[in-house]
Amino acid sequence: MLRCEGLFFNEPTALMVTANTELTYNSKIEGDVVVSRADAVINWVRTNSMWPMPMGLACCAIELMAVASSRFDIARFGAEVMRFSPRQSDVMIVSGTVTYKMATALRRIYDQMAEPKWVIAMGACASTGGMYRSYAVLQGVDRIVPVDVYVSGCPPRPEALIDALVKLQDKVKRERSAQKLFSS
Amino acid sequence: MSAETVAALKARFPQVSDRPSLDHPAVNAPAGEVPEVLRALRDGFTFDFLADVTAIDWSQGRTPRFTMVYHLYSTTSHEYLRVAADCPSDTDPVVPSVTGLWPAANWHEREVFDMFGIRFSGHPDLRRILMWDGYPHFPLRKDFPLAGIEAPLPDPDVVAETGVSAKPAPMAGGPFVASAGEMNLTEAEPRAKDESWTERREKPGA
Repeated sequence: MLRCEGLFFNEPTALMVTANTELTYNSKIEGDVVVSRADAVINWVRTNSMWPMPMGLACCAIELMAVASSRFDIARFGAEVMRFSPRQSDVMIVSGTVTYKMATALRRIYDQMAEPKWVIAMGACASTGGMYRSYAVLQGVDRIVPVDVYVSGCPPRPEALIDALVKLQDKVKRERSAQKLFSS
Repeated sequence: MSAETVAALKARFPQVSDRPSLDHPAVNAPAGEVPEVLRALRDGFTFDFLADVTAIDWSQGRTPRFTMVYHLYSTTSHEYLRVAADCPSDTDPVVPSVTGLWPAANWHEREVFDMFGIRFSGHPDLRRILMWDGYPHFPLRKDFPLAGIEAPLPDPDVVAETGVSAKPAPMAGGPFVASAGEMNLTEAEPRAKDESWTERREKPGA
């Protein structure tokens, strides 16, 4: 019987386990302190539970529902909690055609979201007005709210929206969050 | 059945006349008598279902410029009947409302008001239904370009923050239409057929 770090192993292969391959935090080895950058910690927290505000305005919203459902399951990326209250949301997914009549309501909802907040323009209509070259349609939601990620497609595949979310997570990971937090 | 209906209707209302139609029977009626004619059709001729209320703009310069169109359906004989009525004024058209006959006419007439600027006397709630309150134009009139005309948005606080107004849409040489009957898909792609009427060049004769 071999003894290794206070644990008993029967298999000889357990000898290959060393302290350096621990994937989780081990207080016995590192003590009760973890040293990291504030940016890394804040961004780690922010990226992995982005609650979407489902701004479903047209057929893209059907794909948005598919993204949230079992087959594509955006819960794998921590964004399954669709909040219909803007005050609880982090990322607004504008999925559909934004008419001028809706545009002011959309801006109001965006204003009610708490910082930090992000916007995904899902599909051709939200990105550029799409095929609606019309007197009634806002030609791109970036005219009224700042957009972080644009998704092409009419409507986009669910995978495209998941890709957009992952790209947004990459963007959030690179943000200077601590600087923003303490300078304001 | 329809021919008899039209004949009986014309016997009862001498002002009603035949209207050329490719599909369903159609009649012309004076705008002021539309409620009476429609009431007679509903109560006496089983046309009890108001399928649609819409309007035609025959373009500026034409008299009469606006024509109201009512589509009726009989749930007894399963037939359609179209009643058209020329609006008396070309600049400020007003016709009597038929909301008293069919509550369904309420939103249809609001849409006609919103899109054509035809007002309905006796309507209980004549507001815009698709465009926002205070929008200065009537989009389905022939003098209104598809791309739109710049107009302010209704919420002053949002406008103050974003500086956004309803601007003409970039037509990029459109409007784009697909040519019918083309077998070659490349040729049948929607493309600009009529470049004479964009945000850069006004429609000729407008």
